[in-house]
Parts: sequence; structure tokens; C-alpha cells
Amino acid sequence: MSQGDVQQTLSYPIPSEAALEPPEEWGRLRQECPVAKVRLPSGDEATLLTRYDDVKQVLADPRLTRRLTADDAARLTDSESGGVFNSEMSNVIPDRGEEHLRWRRLVGKWFTAKRMAALRPRMAAMAEQLLDEMVERGQPADLKAGLGFPLPVYVICDMLGVPADDRDRFSRWSDMMLTLTRYTGEEASAAQLEFFTYMSELVAAKRAAPGDDLLSELIKESEGEGEGLSDMQLIVTGVGLLVAGHETTANMIGKMVSMLLDDRTRWEELLADPSLVRTAVEEALRFDANAGFGLPRYLPEEVEVGDTVLPRGTTVICNMAAANRDDGAFDDADHMDLRRSPNPHLTFGSGAHSCLGQALARTELQVVLEVLLRRLPTLELAVPTGELRQVDGLVVGGLSEVPVRW
Amino acid sequence: MRVSVEEARCCGAGQCVLLVPEVFDQSVDDGIVVLLDATPPEELHGPVREAAAVCPGGAIDVEET
Ligand code: HEM
Ligand code: SF4
Repeated sequence: MSQGDVQQTLSYPIPSEAALEPPEEWGRLRQECPVAKVRLPSGDEATLLTRYDDVKQVLADPRLTRRLTADDAARLTDSESGGVFNSEMSNVIPDRGEEHLRWRRLVGKWFTAKRMAALRPRMAAMAEQLLDEMVERGQPADLKAGLGFPLPVYVICDMLGVPADDRDRFSRWSDMMLTLTRYTGEEASAAQLEFFTYMSELVAAKRAAPGDDLLSELIKESEGEGEGLSDMQLIVTGVGLLVAGHETTANMIGKMVSMLLDDRTRWEELLADPSLVRTAVEEALRFDANAGFGLPRYLPEEVEVGDTVLPRGTTVICNMAAANRDDGAFDDADHMDLRRSPNPHLTFGSGAHSCLGQALARTELQVVLEVLLRRLPTLELAVPTGELRQVDGLVVGGLSEVPVRW
Repeated sequence: MRVSVEEARCCGAGQCVLLVPEVFDQSVDDGIVVLLDATPPEELHGPVREAAAVCPGGAIDVEET
């Protein structure tokens, strides 16, 4: 990008021509303009970071917040709500400091690697069942609708102690709250209200008759001398986990499978050696070029990034997907290497705010891949890669459908 | 090899436990890392280095001796 006086401001997000390929612009930005001025859909200006070291540094900086509520913070979109980043709901979950740490540690103990390992057999059974149903309906099938979309909801419902019969309602609420573009504001608000009512009732039911689930456990903790979470925080935690964990994981399942099938030698490499599933999942997370908006951060004070001093009041957009393709951090970054190790990608963020659900997401992705390799080894894309369509929607990137045959 | 962890930086993501359960665990109270073996045997050095590299909190320090 030219550094001249009449510098043209780049519009962000940068559209990409192909669903699985990164925009060419990324490479140029990393090389020539790693700290770039961009214009957001709202018309406000922000600063875009695309280099690995810069993105990692800013994401991990505990002084910065993802909340864009300051008067001089950039608005992402025109609409009042600014999507999941600015919703009232996300504000009940503490964002910074001691409070955030306390919330995170209370909830986080349900997301340990060991607990995830214990969940694995149930997850595999749910994936198998969804796959059976998909196979029964016949081919070609949409892998996203059949498996990617329902599985993460089922898993979260299981953790929260939501009865199996209510899972499909959960799924619909989650979808409506997130895809603000597809439903009218009224429909989305109605869904939000219904969902809140349901969660309040669920919390009350768990208080009366605790089970072996996350909500019951959190309630138990809350009873000790004002230690735990308020009812409102419990409800919002439940809603928040669904909002944070559903669409992200659903899309990632679809993208992972598409990337592996796009060049079928990748799929064959996995069939030949299923022990590569773990590193293949990490590489799919790193390689995903269609990751959505990235993460915003507001600077309440001056911060130095690379050689640039960003003034207080700046809104920064961290593009993790671009950072994940930085040759300075990964050898042969534009090559998908199913054996890459270590793979310190930034797809889950970095530092104190990095994804709370990452062990869960990893486990789900690994289980999906294991089950698919075992059950449908002949799986292939039913359309040319060029016909895969990206979802519209600002925040989370994904494919609208993943048509497959087997 | 000498391993150390800084609990205050740990965000409980569990990457280390997934990679080397022989060396790392997570506390059942808050999901924070617990170091089981500060001087792991040779055959675990590779995975321990990987854990240190991918730990999202930068909480694991490896000193090669
Ligand atoms: C592939 C799937 C997923 C991706 C790519 C993803 C990505 C992310 C990222 C990048 C952040 C950091 C936000 C920031 O730094 O501001 C985050 C935070 C978070 N994620 Fe995930 N996530 C995924 C799945 C999940 C799942 C399954 C859950 C839980 C059920 C979850 C729960 C959360 C929560 C609660 C936070 C907020 C953590 C905090 O503020 O301390 N995520 N996620
Ligand atoms: S990988 Fe790092 S952040 Fe995650 S549990 Fe282990 S020490 Fe903590």
C-alpha cells in the first residue's frame, strides 16, 4: 500500500474470490503494510494487523478489550447491535481483570483436556448417529446440515444438561440469534427472548434437582458465600457458550472437511495413517482462509506494534487467518501440511482471552474426522471447489453448504 | 531438560495435557496447569517442546540442560 498523502483506505473485510483461498491482499499487507488503515462497513476507520507477531502481541495484551463501547471506538457495522461482539449479553460475562479470571476459572474447569477425553465416546456416538441419518437420506448430502451444524449443539446441550428432546429448539435459537442478516430484527429478538426464558427455567430446574452437568456444578459453587455466579450470569453463561461454540465449530467442521477433500491426496494421506488426525485438525485450523472478521481490540492507552505507535482510542482488527499464513512464523505457510508440528496458530486467539472452548472444539473436530474416515472412506466433494459458497454474515466465516458423495 | 510453568499465565486451555499427560495435568478446581514432572525423560522432550510452543498463555518454560 502506498504511504503517500493520498493513501487510499482499504475496505474491510477484504472479499476473497475463492471460498478456500486467502485474498491476495493479505500477502501484500504483511509485506508492505502490516499496520494498515482500513474502513469498516460502518464507515469508521480501524487499524488492521496481518503479521503473526503483531497479532499475537495485541491479542495477548491484557490491557486491551474486545468491547467497543468507548465513545471513540470504531463501530463495526451500521446496525445498532454490532453483532455478537457488542450485544448486551456478552457484556454480562466479565471482560477483563479479576472478575474475568474468576468467571473463566469457574467455567474453565469444565473444559479441561481430561473432561474432554471423557466426553469423547459420547461425542463419537452422537456423530455416528447423525451420520447414519445422513446416509439414510441418500446422496449427495449437505455435510454441514447433516453433521457440522447439529453436532456442536448436541455436545453443548449435553454439557449444560439440556434434555435431548430440546436440542433442536436450541439449535434453531442459536441460528436465529447469530444470523442476524437472514432473519429480521424482530424474529431474532423473539428467539432471544424465548431462549432466555428457556434458560431461566433450566437454571431453576437444576437448582431444584441438580444433575451431573455444568449448570448444576456452577449452581453448587454459587451457593458458597457469594462466591459463584448470579442467576443472570448463569443464564448468560449458558447462552454465551452456545453462541461462542455453535456457529464457530459448525463452520469449522464444514471447512475442515472441504479443505481435506479439495485436494484428495490429503484425505488419502489420512486414510493411510489415521494417527495424523490430531495434527491434521491443527493444520486445518491454521490453514482456514475463510475465518471471518478477526478479533477487534480497543486501545484505552497507547500501544507500540512493530515500529508503529498506535494512539490511544485506536480500534485494531487482528486478522488471525492472515497471521496464520505468515512465512515468518510458519515454514511454507501456504502449504497445508497435515504433519506440521509444532503448530502455534492463532485461530483460537492468544493469552488470557484465548478460546475457553478450544479443548472442546479440538476434540469435536478430531472425533468428526475419525468417524468420517472410518465410516465414509470414499467421501468426496459433490461439486467442484469453485462452486462452494461462503456464508454471508460479518463475524464468523464458513461455507453455506458442503455437498458430498460417498 | 528442565520444565517450569507459570500458573498466572495459564488460561486453562489444556493443550499441554492433550500433548503430554505424563508431564502436565490440570487442576480439577480451576483447570489451571499442574506440573507433574519437571525433568521428563528423553522420549518426552519432543512433545514437551511442542506443548511449550503452542501454549496459548506462554505459561510453559523449557530449559535445555
Ligand atoms: C473451531 C471452533 C472455535 C473457534 C475458531 C473459536 C474461536 C475463538 C476465539 C478466536 C476466541 C477469542 C476471543 C477474543 O480473544 O476476544 C474465542 C473465545 C471464546 N470461545 Fe471459542 N472458538 C471455537 C469454539 C468454541 C466452543 C466449542 C466453545 C464453548 C462451548 C467456545 C467458547 C468460547 C468462550 C466462552 C470464549 C470467551 C473466552 C473469554 O473471553 O475468556 N468456543 N473463541
Ligand atoms: S497449554 Fe498453557 S494455557 Fe493451556 S493449560 Fe497448559 S499451561 Fe495452561
